[in-house]
Amino acid sequence: MIVVLPETTPEPDLESILAEYPLARRESLIPLLQEVQEHHGYLSRPAIVRIGQHLDLPTSKIYGVATFYNQFRFQPQGRYHVQVCRGTACHVKGSAAVFEAIKRELKIDAGQTSRDRMFSLEVVACIGACGLAPVICINDVFHASVTPQSVIKILDSYRKKAAKHDDQAA
Amino acid sequence: MVTIEINGRPFEAEPGEMLLQTLRRAGVQVPTLCHLEGLLPSGACRMCVVEIEGQRGLIPSCAYPVTQPTKVRTHSARAVLARRTIVELLVANHPDDCLYCTRNQDCQLQDLVQQLGVRQRRYAGEKSRHIMDMSSPSIVREPSKCVLCGKCVRVCEEVQGVGCIDFIGRGSRSKIGTAFDDGLNVSGCINCGQCVVVCPTGALAERSHIPEVLAALRDPRKRVVVQHAPAVSVTVGEAFGLPVGADVAGAMTGALRRLGFDRVFDTSFTADLTIMEEASELVHRLQNGGRLPMLTSCSPGWIKFVETSYPESIGNLSTCKSPQQMMGAVIKSYFANREQIDPHDIYSVSIMPCTAKKFEAARPEMMRHGVADIDAVLTTRELVQLLHMHGLDLAEVPAENADTPFGERTTAGKLFGASGGVMEAAIRTAHWMVTGRELEAFTVDAVRGMDGVKQASVNVDGLTLNVAVVSGLGNACRLLDQIRDGRSDLHFIEVMTCPGGCVAGGGQPFGADVDAVRRRMQGLYELDRQESVRTSHNNASVKRLYDEFLGQPLSHTSHELLHTHYVPRDALA
Ligand code: SF4
Ligand code: SF4
Ligand code: SF4
Ligand code: FES
Ligand code: FES
Repeated sequence: MIVVLPETTPEPDLESILAEYPLARRESLIPLLQEVQEHHGYLSRPAIVRIGQHLDLPTSKIYGVATFYNQFRFQPQGRYHVQVCRGTACHVKGSAAVFEAIKRELKIDAGQTSRDRMFSLEVVACIGACGLAPVICINDVFHASVTPQSVIKILDSYRKKAAKHDDQAA
Repeated sequence: MVTIEINGRPFEAEPGEMLLQTLRRAGVQVPTLCHLEGLLPSGACRMCVVEIEGQRGLIPSCAYPVTQPTKVRTHSARAVLARRTIVELLVANHPDDCLYCTRNQDCQLQDLVQQLGVRQRRYAGEKSRHIMDMSSPSIVREPSKCVLCGKCVRVCEEVQGVGCIDFIGRGSRSKIGTAFDDGLNVSGCINCGQCVVVCPTGALAERSHIPEVLAALRDPRKRVVVQHAPAVSVTVGEAFGLPVGADVAGAMTGALRRLGFDRVFDTSFTADLTIMEEASELVHRLQNGGRLPMLTSCSPGWIKFVETSYPESIGNLSTCKSPQQMMGAVIKSYFANREQIDPHDIYSVSIMPCTAKKFEAARPEMMRHGVADIDAVLTTRELVQLLHMHGLDLAEVPAENADTPFGERTTAGKLFGASGGVMEAAIRTAHWMVTGRELEAFTVDAVRGMDGVKQASVNVDGLTLNVAVVSGLGNACRLLDQIRDGRSDLHFIEVMTCPGGCVAGGGQPFGADVDAVRRRMQGLYELDRQESVRTSHNNASVKRLYDEFLGQPLSHTSHELLHTHYVPRDALA
């Protein structure tokens, strides 16, 4: 079936990714979504629509599959991307409370980005630093043995860092 | 044949058929939730489980092909307990809104709770609280009442070829939704309501117009008129214990007057009018090298589908409005004039087997000078509700005749209610228009019945007219694809959105009972067999309308009132 394209056009390199999957069908959906997310940081609406056309599948199906997996994001990442480990070791050391504290502080859920685009939040499986549990990782920097209290301070330090950086730039 | 033993009694099964089918033929009732006749089994709900000798676990009978002699126990303690547990789990997070629910007393989930004797909440889950989707002009979605049986998703994709809804999210948060979890109104939904008729619960319903209609009936300044579609009179009797397929147009007319409607008109009258216009359009296209194949335009779900998914075929659509809209247009022009009523004071209601008609009536193209052709659309189900509300029993109300000037109909107009009916009616009149003679045999058997794709060739004075009739938009998709790929033998194609036509419409009784659909169809054929005026061009009131008002088919006035245009649409399927 044919779907009329919405007005916004997807990021230019989407087409080159799709070109790597000629004659693609249903089986290619997940790898394709992964690759697009890797390049764009998230799955934009136009990208999801375009992938549906490419695979000749309804957009609802693409969205349905993508929302089934935790790994896919539908909003661009924030300036600081916060990954909370929910692996076993971290869980035992209280990562659930840390996660709750972050959600409350940022007023977003996993997979979302704060309104000011400062933070985005993701839940990940064990990130291989169990000795430091519970661990969070912000833009590839590890923070060890965090608590619901310390994590607020950490987030604040990033806010300050951003403000300082912006001041200098201005 | 394979002989199997069902609950200790031998029964002959067809090799390869699903066990559920065998059980039904044997008169053994096994409940189902996710089973859909005619589609591949999904095995999702496990409501239909039975014990089969030699198999350790319980087996879902809807997905078990019978291949060899075996012993089946459908209601063993274990099977019944399993079903009850499934139901208990399904209702664990259910909102328990029965008293206020559209499906109260007509709900499969409620029936199962009752049948299996669930009397207490053994599993207490967090109540499901998804927000309702009221964005669509036709369909209301209430996902908190959904049991995730998946039938709506399959019907939408596999039968209708639309696929605008799917499972989204996972685990306890999974639900049925559109792409990006948007409102149904901005999705590719064509408003057909096929999801509504298969839904076992109150998770899907029509957007009701009952409050508006009641308000109009109570408003002394309004002249409230009503029309009823061809399929309604052979359906609505079912709700009052009358035989399935019996034509109750007379009693329904009487009941509608008792409800307070000023005039009761028959949409089959404007079906005849549609045929005059559409057959003329076909003949015109054939004789002047117009765009072919011509596609019918009376099914509004189909129209939106073409606008969204096959915009290149818009030029093939007949420009005729649907019978509902033609009736609306002549009510607020010719009738208003004749009765000296300001069109603003007329409230025009239609009763339709269809949810997409609500969308159609709201299209901006269906308005003239700020006055809508149609003000409210009730489905067959809403009519039943309205009758119950007013204590009217169709088995008791004496039959009355519809009102002039739009009450007279032929059986050709009445046939519009079944897939193939528009085609049959159009062939009868096109033949007369081209040759000046009536056909020798009016009945075109090849276009009758429940098949999703039907074809026929008709000889009109040496010219062979090749026609096709499809219902269920999945079938229409395949035909349009063939045409896009070069198929060129067809002149005229009738498309009905719902499988079997309006008798199986999205506004018809819940349950999508194929047998009932067939009998409603037979009801229409029976009228065509018994009555003598079987061609639209012999409808005396239609002739008078042309003489007094329209002039002739395709005249300037006709174009102004009875024809329309279509627009390509963006939508996410
Ligand atoms: S869907 Fe059925 S069980 Fe649920 S509230 Fe409505 S009537 Fe009751
Ligand atoms: S109304 Fe028709 S098109 Fe819309 S969701 Fe239901 S089945 Fe799909
Ligand atoms: S909305 Fe109805 S048909 Fe669709 S999955 Fe839910 S219960 Fe089943
Ligand atoms: S469990 Fe968190 S780092 Fe291994
Ligand atoms: S009806 Fe058989 S599994 Fe649902």
